Amino acid sequence: MVDAYRLRSPLAHLGLEARAHEDSELSGTGVVMREIPYRGLINIRGDVKDKNFVDAVQKAVKLSPPVDPNTVSGKPTTTRIMWLGPDEWLVITKPEGAERAMNALWKNLKVDGLHASVTDSTHARTCIEISGPRAREVLQKGCALDLHPSKFAPGQCAQTIVSKVGVMLIHTATARNGDPTYELYALRSFSTYLWTWLEDASQEFGLKVG
Amino acid sequence: MFLITCPFCGEREESEFSYGHEAHIARPENPEKLSDAEWADYLFMRKNTKGVHLERWVHTAGCRRWFNAARNTHTNEILAIYKMGEQPPKEIKAMIEKGKTS
Amino acid sequence: MSQSHRLMNGGRIDRSKQIDFYFNGRLMSGYEGDTLASALLANGVNLIGRSFKYHRPRGIVTAGTEEPNALVQLERGSRTISNMLATRIPLYEGLDASSVNCWPSPSYDVMAVNGLFHRLLPAGFYYKTFMWPVSGWKVYEHFIRRAAGLGKSPEEPDADTYDKMNAHADVVIIGAGPSGLSAARAAAATGARVILVDEQTELGGQLLNETFEIDEKPAADWVADVEGELMANPDVTILKHTTAFGYYDHNFIGLLQNRSDNVAYGEDGRTRQRVWRVRAKRVILATGAIERPLIYSDNDRPGCMLASALRAYVNRYGVTPGKRHVIFTNNDDAYRSALDLKSAGAVVACVVDVRKDPSGELVSRAIEAGIEVIDNSAITGVLGSKKIRGIEIMKLTDDGENVTGKPRTISCDTIGSSGGWNPVVHLHSHSAGKNTWRDEDGVFVPGDTLQAEAACGAANGSFSLAQALNEGDFAGIDACSKLGMTAKKRPAVGKATADVDETPWRTLWYIPTTKPAGQRGKHFLDQQNDVTVADVQLAAREGYRSVEHAKRYTTLGMATDQGKTGNIPGHAILSAALGQTIPQTGTTTFRPPYSPVTMGALAGRAVGEFFDPIRRTPMHDWHEQAGCLWEDVSQWRRPWYYPLEGESMQDAVSRECLAVRNSVGMLDATTLGKIDIQGPDAAEFLNRMYTNAWLKLAPGKCRYGLMLGEDGMVMDDGVTSCLGENHYLMTTTSGGAPRVLAWLEEWLQTEWPDLKVYLTSVTEQFATLQLAGPNARDLLSEFTSDIDLDPEAFPFMSWKDGTVGGIPARVYRISFTGELSYEINVPASCGLSLWTDIMNAGEKYGITPFGTETMHVLRAEKGFIIVGQETDGTVTPIDLGMDWIVSKKKPDFIGKRSLSREDTIRDDRKHLVGLKTADPAEVLPEGGQIVAATRPEPPMDMIGHVTSSYWSAALDQSIAMALVKNGRNRKGDTVYVPMKDKTIACEIVDPIFYDPEGSRMNG
Repeated sequence: MVDAYRLRSPLAHLGLEARAHEDSELSGTGVVMREIPYRGLINIRGDVKDKNFVDAVQKAVKLSPPVDPNTVSGKPTTTRIMWLGPDEWLVITKPEGAERAMNALWKNLKVDGLHASVTDSTHARTCIEISGPRAREVLQKGCALDLHPSKFAPGQCAQTIVSKVGVMLIHTATARNGDPTYELYALRSFSTYLWTWLEDASQEFGLKVG
Repeated sequence: MFLITCPFCGEREESEFSYGHEAHIARPENPEKLSDAEWADYLFMRKNTKGVHLERWVHTAGCRRWFNAARNTHTNEILAIYKMGEQPPKEIKAMIEKGKTS
Repeated sequence: MSQSHRLMNGGRIDRSKQIDFYFNGRLMSGYEGDTLASALLANGVNLIGRSFKYHRPRGIVTAGTEEPNALVQLERGSRTISNMLATRIPLYEGLDASSVNCWPSPSYDVMAVNGLFHRLLPAGFYYKTFMWPVSGWKVYEHFIRRAAGLGKSPEEPDADTYDKMNAHADVVIIGAGPSGLSAARAAAATGARVILVDEQTELGGQLLNETFEIDEKPAADWVADVEGELMANPDVTILKHTTAFGYYDHNFIGLLQNRSDNVAYGEDGRTRQRVWRVRAKRVILATGAIERPLIYSDNDRPGCMLASALRAYVNRYGVTPGKRHVIFTNNDDAYRSALDLKSAGAVVACVVDVRKDPSGELVSRAIEAGIEVIDNSAITGVLGSKKIRGIEIMKLTDDGENVTGKPRTISCDTIGSSGGWNPVVHLHSHSAGKNTWRDEDGVFVPGDTLQAEAACGAANGSFSLAQALNEGDFAGIDACSKLGMTAKKRPAVGKATADVDETPWRTLWYIPTTKPAGQRGKHFLDQQNDVTVADVQLAAREGYRSVEHAKRYTTLGMATDQGKTGNIPGHAILSAALGQTIPQTGTTTFRPPYSPVTMGALAGRAVGEFFDPIRRTPMHDWHEQAGCLWEDVSQWRRPWYYPLEGESMQDAVSRECLAVRNSVGMLDATTLGKIDIQGPDAAEFLNRMYTNAWLKLAPGKCRYGLMLGEDGMVMDDGVTSCLGENHYLMTTTSGGAPRVLAWLEEWLQTEWPDLKVYLTSVTEQFATLQLAGPNARDLLSEFTSDIDLDPEAFPFMSWKDGTVGGIPARVYRISFTGELSYEINVPASCGLSLWTDIMNAGEKYGITPFGTETMHVLRAEKGFIIVGQETDGTVTPIDLGMDWIVSKKKPDFIGKRSLSREDTIRDDRKHLVGLKTADPAEVLPEGGQIVAATRPEPPMDMIGHVTSSYWSAALDQSIAMALVKNGRNRKGDTVYVPMKDKTIACEIVDPIFYDPEGSRMNG
């Protein structure tokens, strides 16, 4: 583990924590946004038809890679596996679980007779969470995917484009009142552009930094 | 702006894809044995079809997988999508044959 | 000025809300609900501008989007927009509009002199006159551009913002008139996701202009009921004041939404306009119809309007366009205008009908109302120029081709003409739909299409209200049933109250006078472009048989209105002149946009900081604080150089170069592409992709590789390291990373799916700190205890894992500068922290941050290439003198066969060489063309060009690299770079200028 003082998140320069503190009293805003950095992000590739591969992933992170396209397995509170393609997934862990998951995946998947790859991309991306009654509208300003809940329900994911930036997009949950929460995993170099763009697109609905 | 059905991710807008030119052009087994003209034929010569065209696309902004499409270059209808390594559906082959004779 | 033409009652305007506005600097007032056009007419103003070519005075013709004349320049300064339609601008407080295309004012215009010389300005005049001599165009253009053209481009940046929205729907309905509303109601009842679009600020379409009743109630009540019903449905989106401007492949539609109802500019931080990118499963075109004018002599005088426009102004805006109106028609519908004017208390002088004994019910009603109906007659002349004083009419001959008898003069100031209606088939055409000619009334109706689309109501050529309501309902049900959706309970279909049967039109495309076209007044087809019947006839005589050619030659149907009123009559005239039918002639292709779209809306928010993503490295903030200047490398923003106060670029770069050569410098190399390669066939794969051998690279070792296209040309280079068994890390150029990954994936997936290799980009996982210079080792040693930096243990072209500053790191000993150099890779989130610490610790060595410019100089001193600078897609490794990296033993690799093509083995190909200027202080310009021998004047035989050129501080001389024909065999030769004011002589030398033995980077 790296000493915490060494870490600086991709959006740290925007002073989001201070803004969240200032915005904490705000209510009735259409959109809430925050950065969730340092989640473990481990890219795995293999043949999902190969039982050994699926078993090895299951053994390493107690979760199977989803076979259905555009879906996520697991729970946001623990570990999840996001479908990225027919032979590619992203394992998402809590920050403190990243190193352990990486080691476990490497140990179980990189064995003789199994063709699989394990790549750490924990620091390659950051997560921007966007929620609130107008969050979907904000995303639809820059995303051509149909995000209507009948087409992109909680638990669904997609690799797509939001305003010129490639993102891994997850619809994590819908609140009782119907307000959605999304996570956008963007490459760190693009994250400032993406955050700034989302903030601009949120202005007309009222934005709160969470 | 086309709507293309990625065989893995489903319907996506054209801007998520990249075009990969004519499909089913296999790389020669032994390039060194080919004449300059034969090699140039592989390297440079492509059909310029008006009608049903077999072509490759890659879902650049999505799963990064390559696949084949049969597209009518005149109307832009996408008539079939099929995976890498597969042959076009029979009805597409029939359409191409018909196009050649008509 | 008082609203002299405003009725006391009626209309959909709010007389309690007065709105003040300016036209040509004059203060006027109107009411909420007005358009600029209706407010101008209310004020008795109907001289709006001057025409394009002849600068004839022009007024308002229509009440809608088809308007050819009433273009204005809206607002001033940073908010000005040219060529806005007065008929489409909702009036708002303080609106400031002015005429276009006239100077100094529309009533006195100096360019109107063109009208006197109209015989000199026939069709194709500009083409014929100003194309010879060719050099003359430069002179003519200045004057023509000033004389012609509409409106003024803004000179300041746009003060408004625009954005975009993506939307998806089961059914998109374009047009919210009776058919569109019926369709929306039927579709919404099935639970479908519906988007209903209309260009007007209110729903209702043509109903807003009429006095119709539906279900025994005023049509407006029915519209309000349907709107309320639709508003209550969460799956229905209603977009008012929104134009569907384009209909593209695969049911993709572009909409332009004006985001404030009655205000031109955005409020509440909202954007002013929004482009909607809509993907529809089904599209219903309920776009209505546009009335076509009758083409009579001098039909462009201010006051010459469409018949339907007259009743639109009366019924919707409570304005009478004139004081004394004449209706000129070939059909029954125009009688509605006469009746509505009359019942509003306006004066209708007469109806002139080209038909003999018209007998429809509307005709009878007009006669009953005391309106004089003059049958079988034509308007043969319009009296007055800036204002109509009257008309001259004559009887038509039986064939309608001539007039006969004695002319009669009728006094009037406004003429409403109607030649029938054209379905708005534009969107249908955009999406490659065919149009079908319907001979009985002479209209094009939508025909076959490839899109999931249907037209209904007037857009489908069904002009009665009952037809519109029923067809709309059917279209809505049908669209949904094709998607497998049906309504549990079908909503009632609106029923037209007292629908009237109409009698047939008499199609008469050209209204004759006593003389041939063009000899007695002008018959305008296209008022916006000043195209007359005589122009089209001339084009036909000159051999323009294709409608597309005739369009471009005469400019018929071009410019902002795209011939919405004049196209079909124009094609009819062309057909007659060519002696063929209209379907034989065909129509020109309607293309997007349907009506003008602002550039700002098309750009959306992708302007300024959002124009393109800027990619930031983890150390971005440090560089910024250090005051670096930036270089954009693809989307990355990289430090270019770090000037100290008072330093020029050359000063800074020289200082940075010397620091690296003499002590130590640090470069942010994070942007280099990095691809993780895993799998049992990884080495075999590398062996096929790179030109050199890869099967025996041991773990811990690095190797430089060159990648070719299949055409043998260099496409990328970089160092690849063996990380372990079946595990490699490839680096690529900063700009080439996505391209290289895509290239590798393409070969793996399409050609060699049997190879067991997985590729994953890890570019962004790491921050890369490049420490370079003779003191690099000593400085690095302060930060690591578990990496043995001894040159024996850690030689050049190898890597080691360990910790640097307590951070897990992988250190590569590779060099692009020619110095002892380490590339330290740490998790990206730690990059800034480590960078800062190393900079602080390096102070005692005078550590110097360096940017891309210094890196370029240092590598050029070493003769290292940059792909994209020394190469341009036409350069082989042999051309670069890099045959040492091209395997002779491997049977195959990508691009190998191309290296032995006849063209690639020519001995006069361009080779990479060094250039040394005769004067060592002279720095060659990059891109400079090289000649073997000079001549006093170009052209000279060019034998190559300068690819890289710098001042080398380390060598105290300029250095350059160049691609020169047969250059390798010309070493020692003198060549020349001719410049505008001098010629630079230089000697061809080896491209390695510094430390050719490589002892510094190996040491």
